Amino acid sequence: PPAHSHSDWIGPPDKHSNLRPVIFHVPAEESPLERRLREARQEAQACNQRFWAQHNCAFRQEKEEFIYSRLKAKGLEMRDETGQKATLNAEEMADFYKDFLSKNFRKHMQYNRDWYKQNFTITFLMGQVALARALRWLRWKKKNVE
Amino acid sequence: GLFVWRLKGAGTRPIPCHFVHLCRVTSDRLITFQYFNFLKRMYVTQCNKDLSQRAKPKSDPVVSSFHELQQLDQEKKVIHEISPISPVHQPWPETSRRSELREVKSAAETEASVTSVRAEPKEDRQWKEMKLRLDELPGILARLSKIKLTALVVSTASAGFAMAPVPFDLTCFLLASLGTGLASCAANSINQFFEVPFDSNMNRTKNRPLVRGQISPLLAVCFAASCGVPGIALLTLGVNPLTGALGAFNIFLYTCCYTPMKRMSIANTWVGAVVGAIPPVMGWTAATGSLDAGALLLGGILYSWQFPHFNALSWGLREDYSRGGYCMMSVTHPGLCRRVALRHCLALIGLCAVAPVLDITTWTFPIISLPINLYISYLGFRFYRDADRSSSRKLFFCSLWHLPMLLLVMFTCKKSVLGKEDKNDPLGESHGRAMEIRLP
Repeated sequence: PPAHSHSDWIGPPDKHSNLRPVIFHVPAEESPLERRLREARQEAQACNQRFWAQHNCAFRQEKEEFIYSRLKAKGLEMRDETGQKATLNAEEMADFYKDFLSKNFRKHMQYNRDWYKQNFTITFLMGQVALARALRWLRWKKKNVE
Repeated sequence: GLFVWRLKGAGTRPIPCHFVHLCRVTSDRLITFQYFNFLKRMYVTQCNKDLSQRAKPKSDPVVSSFHELQQLDQEKKVIHEISPISPVHQPWPETSRRSELREVKSAAETEASVTSVRAEPKEDRQWKEMKLRLDELPGILARLSKIKLTALVVSTASAGFAMAPVPFDLTCFLLASLGTGLASCAANSINQFFEVPFDSNMNRTKNRPLVRGQISPLLAVCFAASCGVPGIALLTLGVNPLTGALGAFNIFLYTCCYTPMKRMSIANTWVGAVVGAIPPVMGWTAATGSLDAGALLLGGILYSWQFPHFNALSWGLREDYSRGGYCMMSVTHPGLCRRVALRHCLALIGLCAVAPVLDITTWTFPIISLPINLYISYLGFRFYRDADRSSSRKLFFCSLWHLPMLLLVMFTCKKSVLGKEDKNDPLGESHGRAMEIRLP
């Protein structure tokens, strides 16, 4: 993002977590409230990034392992004659999906709680910041008029 | 028309490739589906993170999943050349030809017009300034409120209004439709507000406004409030308190029950089905002011419809659900998923047969609707037996035209108000006669 910009910039989705990273702009006269908001957002971003990157990588890895073990059980190799990656059909993968979901259930529950808390806190802080800015602007307007 | 999409695998490939923008979740698959334009509604199928989109009145979670799936942004094939981001390869000059398509909102009661979706393939790869642009705002809000789904919801509510055995009141009808639409927008916005990281991880939903940072969460919540409060107020004050209460309850059910439950238990599907069933009930109560058996029957028909629709859709999204942590029957209890779908297809036949008993329609309704109900039941049975992708897709696509057709047939078979009076006439006449006798 250009140096002179006064807004946050959002990027393309991350390869592992699929979340879009945000680069936060730090204004020169950042109030303590605004700093709290920015830090909360940064922390939430880092937290979510960690979670999803790890989760998605684990998914991919476990999926590979599952395919490998199933193919082996069937007596096939990972790649067939043409060099294409051998895959299992949807019905065979269904067992894996079910398994993966139940294994990660508790992790998701915890994450859900954290995510909802983050979301509400950040949105509430945004509201406070917006209100503070509006009041400041009104005061400035009033001063100018006088 | 027939639209063909081909989706290449999600962008982990560093090689530049021609990319055809697709909404479908599945990768490397050719998906054809038909887009039907109905007088009453327009269905858009969308690969949804959660599930196919269900035409759910009011954003139902279950329905919404359907809706989400259903919401297919109509996209023309856009071919873009993408330059690889990876530092290993030499960056190519990025030539992104993006055809911007205007998003056209479909009116519930008018003929649906073609909806074009803004194609944004490789612009996605760039860093964007997080600044709200006013000229983009209508489009952003439309996507935030899932406007197409909302349109479907409003049309089911209108169907409920139309089926009520009272003389048609245009003002009431318009107020009810508007109120329902606003409530649906609010609920959908809150749903998206709650689901940002999950939506990012599912192919169907990763282009939503909050995911892409086009709008701040604060603004999304404010928008939801500015739709929901006037919407419910309109329903309560302009129509009747019962409809308002149902609307508020449905918003609550969708945002606070269905949305969190999607990640906790498979019971979310049933809750979502209720969310989908309430709008026609609201339409009916808006017209009559009371919750009669007819309202409940109409709700029941929509409730049952949700299951084949959603379950069929969710069948193809198992991978995304599993990874995203969504507890859906198709992943955890596949047998149950198919059984329930079939069960409710058959239930539809039964429910349609009850309609004349309750004086909502004439006896022609169950007879005329029998073929389409049998057909969907047949597809439900095939889905139950085969449990594969093709049978699930057939069932899903059937459900898309089945519902509007059923409602249309129901409306044409509606027992006229006059007819009802005639039926009650013997009673009235006898009363009248009794009175006459007493009078002189």
